[in-house]
Amino acid sequence: MSLLGLEGVEVVREGRAILSLPRLDVREKEILAVLGPTGAGKSTLLRVLHLLERPDAGSLAWRGERVPWPAPLALRRRISMAFQDPLLLSGTTYDNVAYGLGLRGQNGSGARERVEAALRLFHVGHLASQRARTLSGGEAQRTALARALVLSPELLLLDEPFAALDTPIRKHLLEELRQAVRAHGITCVYVTHEQSEAFAIADRIAVLRRGRLLQAGAPEEVLLRPTSPAVARFMQTGNILPGVVSKRSEAISEVTVGDRLLFSRTGLPAGTAVDACIRREEILLEAPGDASPAPGLNRFRGTVETVVDLGSTMQVRIDAGFAGFPLQALITRRVAHDLSLERGGEVLATFSAASVHLIPREGNDADADL
Amino acid sequence: MTGLSSSLSTLLPMPGELAGILLLSLFVSGVAILVSMLLGVPAGIFLGLHRFPGRSFLVTLVNTGMGLPPVVVGLGVFLLLARSGPLGGLDLLYTPWAMVLAQVVIATPLVVGITLAAIQGLDARLHLQILSLGASTGQLYWKLVKEARLSLVAALAAGFGSIISEVGAVMMVGGNIKGQTRVMTTAIVLQTRQGEFGSAVVLGTILLLLALGVNWLFTWVQQRQKA
Repeated sequence: MSLLGLEGVEVVREGRAILSLPRLDVREKEILAVLGPTGAGKSTLLRVLHLLERPDAGSLAWRGERVPWPAPLALRRRISMAFQDPLLLSGTTYDNVAYGLGLRGQNGSGARERVEAALRLFHVGHLASQRARTLSGGEAQRTALARALVLSPELLLLDEPFAALDTPIRKHLLEELRQAVRAHGITCVYVTHEQSEAFAIADRIAVLRRGRLLQAGAPEEVLLRPTSPAVARFMQTGNILPGVVSKRSEAISEVTVGDRLLFSRTGLPAGTAVDACIRREEILLEAPGDASPAPGLNRFRGTVETVVDLGSTMQVRIDAGFAGFPLQALITRRVAHDLSLERGGEVLATFSAASVHLIPREGNDADADL
Repeated sequence: MTGLSSSLSTLLPMPGELAGILLLSLFVSGVAILVSMLLGVPAGIFLGLHRFPGRSFLVTLVNTGMGLPPVVVGLGVFLLLARSGPLGGLDLLYTPWAMVLAQVVIATPLVVGITLAAIQGLDARLHLQILSLGASTGQLYWKLVKEARLSLVAALAAGFGSIISEVGAVMMVGGNIKGQTRVMTTAIVLQTRQGEFGSAVVLGTILLLLALGVNWLFTWVQQRQKA
């Protein structure tokens, strides 16, 4: 069931629509990650969801009931938000967490217990009497989360809450947050540009770009079956090859890319112009050997163009004869070492037909400029 | 030296009059700054938070107002309160209330301007954060006042300093009537005109000490809050 639904929502700035959402539903008790690059309209979306900004067009519905403007305070108080910066107020850590309850006239012993429980939940109980603005980055962000969660919101909005933190703290806090949100049955919208964060926390992912919703669905769906090249690129698919479906048999589509032939399990009629997406980690590299095609298996001999060290993995670019479209493969260090990869060397790139996802081309031209 | 001692001797026997002048100065400027804060702080917060057509014109107006020549303010208030003026019926000209009004006009733009700068100096998302924790508009403004209080004490000090030491406007609308509208600054002008330089210096020194004392108080409040 939809907790908060947006219909035909548009936000216009200087004559340009910076947010345009025909339809978006935040479902009850889900964690929805809104994933998008900087300038995608994520923060504007959060202000609209928080009922703090009236869209220039469209309407919002809270549990099916249309939200009037300005939104009633009582309704706004069912929603709370934490930002990328903790934005702590003057006073102590305790004062900060207690502030929202105080606004609601809750100052008694019940409120005190709730504040203390929230401080403990995010492991800042021992800092309760410390001046909030002297806290470290991680402590401050924990306090900000405690401050948002102590209000027991029905909808929690998070705007890149961990973007300013170091990776180990970020991972730890993300998990703490996920557990807390789940335990309290809170509906949550988590905005981020970090794919890994979105996948670590979300039930559903919505990809936003230039104020438009490109795709919304289960994480695996968005990752493996992008509906547009823009989503595929944002998901770091690595390989998007333009081609045409030349033959369609029972379970396999044959796609012509230049003078090469790809097998795919995506069913599309022959003659369809497509973008063939192959995730870079789906491509296996082996020592050059038999490159004859096998049903359901794509196998190409190629020449290594570049090897980029990414730390735990290596990105290899291979010229496999797809004119102008080198293959990108992501492999482990061990594989790179075993194959003694170097520029100009020969390799065999193998990937299954199930790894080739086809996106029909019509209507996708607008995404070509990402 | 003889001038100074003679003027001291003429002043000192009249501590009641001096106290009256001092108290009236404090009363007029105190009420004026209070009214200016009540008007100027919400206006400054509003200008700091909202974007609307005509805002930049208003901000320009405020900035101009921060440097308004007191004599021009005095003239304006005089024309407003004069018997033939729009507020002539109130019969306020040459009363302390006319002086309060003139000083409110001088101090309010200062308070608005400094408040505006203080609000713009806060993180732009702070007000969103406060609203997101469930604040009503009134609660938001009050919280922002508390968050920007160090700057607001500066607004208070600047506003009070500008009006307690101002002479042109209060002279025009108050008339420097002995025992009724004579304040420190107009008394100094009168003493100087009459050649009573010694007593003018004494009054000037008292005014300076007053300004120093009040500013010390504001600074103390400011620093204590910062700590």
